Amino acid sequence: MNDRVTTSAPAAAPAAATTRAGAGALDRIAPYAGWIAFALALVLLPLVFRSGTALTMMSLMGINIIFSLSYNMLLGQTGMLSFGHAVYFGLGAYFTVHAINAAIASGLPIPLFLMPLVGALGGLGFAMLFGWVSTKRSGTAFAMISLGLAELVGSSSLILRSFFGGEEGVSTNRTKLLHVLGWNFGPQIQVYYLIAIWCFICVVLMYALTRTPFGRMCNAVRDNPERVQFIGYNPQVVRYVPFSLSGLFAGIAGALSAVNFEFANAAIFSAVQSGNVLLATFIGGAGHFIGPILGAVLLTYLQNMLSDITDVWQLYFGLMFIAVVMYAPGGLAGLIMMHRTIWRAGVLWRLGPAYALMVVPVALVGGGMVLIIEMSPHLSVKEAEGSVMSMAGIHFDARSWQPWAPALVTLFVGAAWWRRGWRRVGGAWDSAQRIAREKGLLV
Amino acid sequence: MAELVLIATLNGVLFGLLLFLMASGLTLIFSMMGVLNFAHASFYMLGAFFGYQIARWAGFWPALILAPVLVGFVGALVERFGLRSAHKHGHVAELLFTFGLAFVIEELVQIVWGKAPVDFRVPTLLNFPAFTVFATNYPAYKLFMLAISIAIFVGLFAMLTLTRIGLIVQAALTHPHMVAHLGHNVPLVFMSVFGVGAALAGIAGVIAGPTLVTQSSMAGLLGPILFVVVVVGGLGSLQGALFASLLIGLLQTFAISVNLSLADIFGASGFNPQSGTVLSDLWRVTVAQTAPILPYALMVLVLIFKPTGLFGNRET
Repeated sequence: MNDRVTTSAPAAAPAAATTRAGAGALDRIAPYAGWIAFALALVLLPLVFRSGTALTMMSLMGINIIFSLSYNMLLGQTGMLSFGHAVYFGLGAYFTVHAINAAIASGLPIPLFLMPLVGALGGLGFAMLFGWVSTKRSGTAFAMISLGLAELVGSSSLILRSFFGGEEGVSTNRTKLLHVLGWNFGPQIQVYYLIAIWCFICVVLMYALTRTPFGRMCNAVRDNPERVQFIGYNPQVVRYVPFSLSGLFAGIAGALSAVNFEFANAAIFSAVQSGNVLLATFIGGAGHFIGPILGAVLLTYLQNMLSDITDVWQLYFGLMFIAVVMYAPGGLAGLIMMHRTIWRAGVLWRLGPAYALMVVPVALVGGGMVLIIEMSPHLSVKEAEGSVMSMAGIHFDARSWQPWAPALVTLFVGAAWWRRGWRRVGGAWDSAQRIAREKGLLV
Repeated sequence: MAELVLIATLNGVLFGLLLFLMASGLTLIFSMMGVLNFAHASFYMLGAFFGYQIARWAGFWPALILAPVLVGFVGALVERFGLRSAHKHGHVAELLFTFGLAFVIEELVQIVWGKAPVDFRVPTLLNFPAFTVFATNYPAYKLFMLAISIAIFVGLFAMLTLTRIGLIVQAALTHPHMVAHLGHNVPLVFMSVFGVGAALAGIAGVIAGPTLVTQSSMAGLLGPILFVVVVVGGLGSLQGALFASLLIGLLQTFAISVNLSLADIFGASGFNPQSGTVLSDLWRVTVAQTAPILPYALMVLVLIFKPTGLFGNRET
């Protein structure tokens, strides 16, 4: 993991630092083009996708973007693998729910917009407390400690019922707070914009942090803690600070989730929650700032879509995760960045034919696997429901050999074809890289 | 009181030895390969489910032998075709691979056996009370579990200290490169250790399956405790794993049987916090209710005062 690209810019800022002569107003804002596009997208998306489902999903995406980016402050920036990040997310949510309830009860004029700050403080406070114990160690031991702390908080939340509300949780009402500009946050669209604004603020802040000398020190601790010690820094402190800050941002994400659902219960601390953020961050790509954003958007979308279609969507997530770990450890962002150099060298088209030939085997292998995975439950758990099932409008009997034979044949033919096609991709890739190297774009 | 102490001690030692069956494999794999196998508890679960299935087809005794062998085989395959390719991307990638594997195994188990607990019964041969202490029957099956655990512990210890294979494994624990330089096939040693570790977890699964509940969430429930055992004992230390397993087994079993709260003990002091506050929750919580937290609290304490674990001497 040491050879990864250091925090490259998101499709945004300094990448566009091609300051041409004759700096007009356009050139002055050019470096910020990425950010302006991001802000515009956040504003305009609900005007394009108007349905209620889309709004709910986009709100969740905003929350998950903040959560995944905060997680990547640990995993990608500082090299700390945490299995318990949901702790700070959950505590942020609980503190916000209680703050909103307290503000309603006491009639204090605090607008809902400021409530995520409470979550931020809650997340920060507990990250400072738990970070003091866990950042003493790094690597594998840190990972296990984070898991243990998550279990500790999860189990405690069932004992301290007056604060955590036990299994039923604590609910609140976001509309009862002080209304500013006539916004009562009843309709989902208003909640979406609240989340979008906070999402933008958090993304800017977290990106800015990676550009500071401190952000660079974090990368140094990730890559070689020993040398960091030689130049007079204490790696333990350099781990502690981003850990606390990542708790702060996770707390904001949790607060927004509390505002979104008007509810928090003990399930928020579950291992599933901690696992999902790890999956999103890693599949998106931990080595690039934009990776977790891609991962959060993709996984939130898939989660919503797949859970409607199939019962075993988590299996697909797991398989996707293993595939990324084994074959593309840079994640989606890593794959994109690999192609960016080729594109800059102007030889991306050379990969076209090889990729086009891969479409068929990928479809065959994917189709065969999906068919087998979907048919299997009909032989075991869903036996009682009968063995007749339908996929893509075709009805068939999962008990008979007819659907299994084509599924297995497709899978094996696809796999054989894949091996041949992949060799061709490798050849095309090598020649494209050689050209990029000759042009001095690749070291 | 004597009855409570006796029964709780027996149960605690039993649970501790079960933990050790798994923790020993986990810590052996960790110290040799540097991989913390996140899916180790999943092998335990596979052992229980394979055992259940084979027991249904052929009875409990074949299951006791076949299921662990099968699990060990699965473990060796995982090492050979998964872990070894993940290895070239570093230790974090390996850890993440086993994390994804745990995820996938749980889903697959749910596809095959469903989410509800399966009916894995104690074999009729052992389904009788072994002895009665103060009106409490102690099941013979638990004694059998105890005997199996101790037998495997002794066998493992003898293999590690008395045989040539054990010597190579012990040497590879501390000096893996030197062992490779001496001409031993380290990848093969790794694959075997991973397989044997998985098989040990599989045995734990088969013998624990009938008394603890066999269901698809059992790996997720036990996994974190296993990690606590390894951290508390010290990463890569077998003695540490044994000590921590027994400690946590006894701690949890004794805690469950003590139904006292601070309010019961200091009730006479007249201090009585208003109900519905966090303080009152803490005041009225019984020791039994805190049992699930105790291992984790112990881990945090150990980390504060001895960050390498009780018997460990390795950083990371």
